Amino acid sequence: MATRRPPLYGVHEDRGAGFTDFGGWEMPVEFDSIRAEHTAVREAAGIFDVSHMGEIRVEGPDAETLMQRLTTNDVSSMDVGDAQYSCITDEDGIIQDDTMTYRLPGDEYLFVPNAGHDEAAEQRWVDYRDANDLDATVSNETAEWAMFAVQGPEAMGLAADAVEDIDAPLGAESDDIRDLSRFSATEATVAGADCLVARTGYTGEDGVEILCDADDAEAVWAAFDCQPCGLGSRDTLRMEQGLLLSGQDFHPEENPRTPFEAGVGFTVDLDTEFVGRDALAAQKEAGVEETFTGLVLQERGVARHGYDITHDGETVGEVTSGTMSPTLGDPIALGYLPTDLAEDGTEVAVVVRGTEKRAEVTTPPFIQ
Amino acid sequence: MSFDVPDDRNYLASHEWATTDEPIRIGISDFAQDELGDVVFVELPDEGDTIAHDEPFGVVESIKAVSDLHAPISGEVVTVNEALHDQPELVNEAPYGDGWLLEVEPSDESEFEELMDADEYEDQIA
Repeated sequence: MATRRPPLYGVHEDRGAGFTDFGGWEMPVEFDSIRAEHTAVREAAGIFDVSHMGEIRVEGPDAETLMQRLTTNDVSSMDVGDAQYSCITDEDGIIQDDTMTYRLPGDEYLFVPNAGHDEAAEQRWVDYRDANDLDATVSNETAEWAMFAVQGPEAMGLAADAVEDIDAPLGAESDDIRDLSRFSATEATVAGADCLVARTGYTGEDGVEILCDADDAEAVWAAFDCQPCGLGSRDTLRMEQGLLLSGQDFHPEENPRTPFEAGVGFTVDLDTEFVGRDALAAQKEAGVEETFTGLVLQERGVARHGYDITHDGETVGEVTSGTMSPTLGDPIALGYLPTDLAEDGTEVAVVVRGTEKRAEVTTPPFIQ
Repeated sequence: MSFDVPDDRNYLASHEWATTDEPIRIGISDFAQDELGDVVFVELPDEGDTIAHDEPFGVVESIKAVSDLHAPISGEVVTVNEALHDQPELVNEAPYGDGWLLEVEPSDESEFEELMDADEYEDQIA
């Protein structure tokens, strides 16, 4: 499969970014250093190019029904301008991907699958629509959009400076972007360009995510004067919050997990009808055998994806994500443990290159 | 981007260097530290241990990756850079200076012939 590039690939290259392949996209991994970028977001603000995220528009009389059936959350509860985090599950309740859904004016939704998942999601929506005779148009607009995230304690101030006009306040009560509620979105003008601005993110910090036409990407990017950040710091920031990375903390084949196991049961509304509902209702009744949780290593070393977690010498789990936390200065990890061990304070170990390193179970977020 | 390649030392293809003047010091190159990014942890042998030419002797962990360290020359470890215990970032800040890893008593001087000089190494990373 040919590698896809974000609209600002050349701009990032000129800025001296290093690149990495992520979900079939060649994306900036680091502009200056992961630590510098991470710290900027925790203490000031940073801007991420996340144009590898997919954009799929669903519109028509049955758009709401289609969204409701294929995501775990309650789409019917969304007002225009709401953003909703949700899972896409199969009949067995296994997470295929996690996504953010935006309700737009009219019978219209935009949802954002993860990098490289857009074509599978589009197919899933089209197949379900056709099999159930629903009247909705499904358009994969991934190539037409750029997406940025501006995150950090100073992000909303930067957004207020950059937003010239809120065209049609959706979730916003006023024409000041700082009044936009969490998990709300609005249409707004930035650098003369029409954008969708949402008060969402993946870092644990306040801030916005901005969608704009790929042709306007350079002007919108330039409207935010802050630290450019790559996927490296995006990963360390989300790990400190215990936020899931699709394909790594869960994977339909390599690590099949349900929302209840993955710690995102709050995205599941069993009172709605969706693919995977019955399996998830049964699991909720029975309880989960394994639970997604966090570890803080008590010894020097770095836990990484795939390392074994042991308890009393027995392998009890595997690290799905791990790093040295730039904020804490301690090695942190995420992974699944038998539910009875997934209690704060439980002593386990992570096997780092053949050596057990003591670790303590710590429910994320690791930082407050 | 260009990297610093001082000519007072020799290089292994896997990006470690050894000085030519005693005491023989070992470290990683500017190119290597840049590839790794923020170094957070360095695992080194103890004083008195022996290391072998082109064989792994330790590990450097950065935020994004873990990488084996290979010995440019064989010998006995005389001194370990203890400063890296609390300040692993010295490897990034001064890979040819305060970020050195080990001082070694070489056991086979002929191994220096197998290392690249600065020009050859510069060609490799170009």
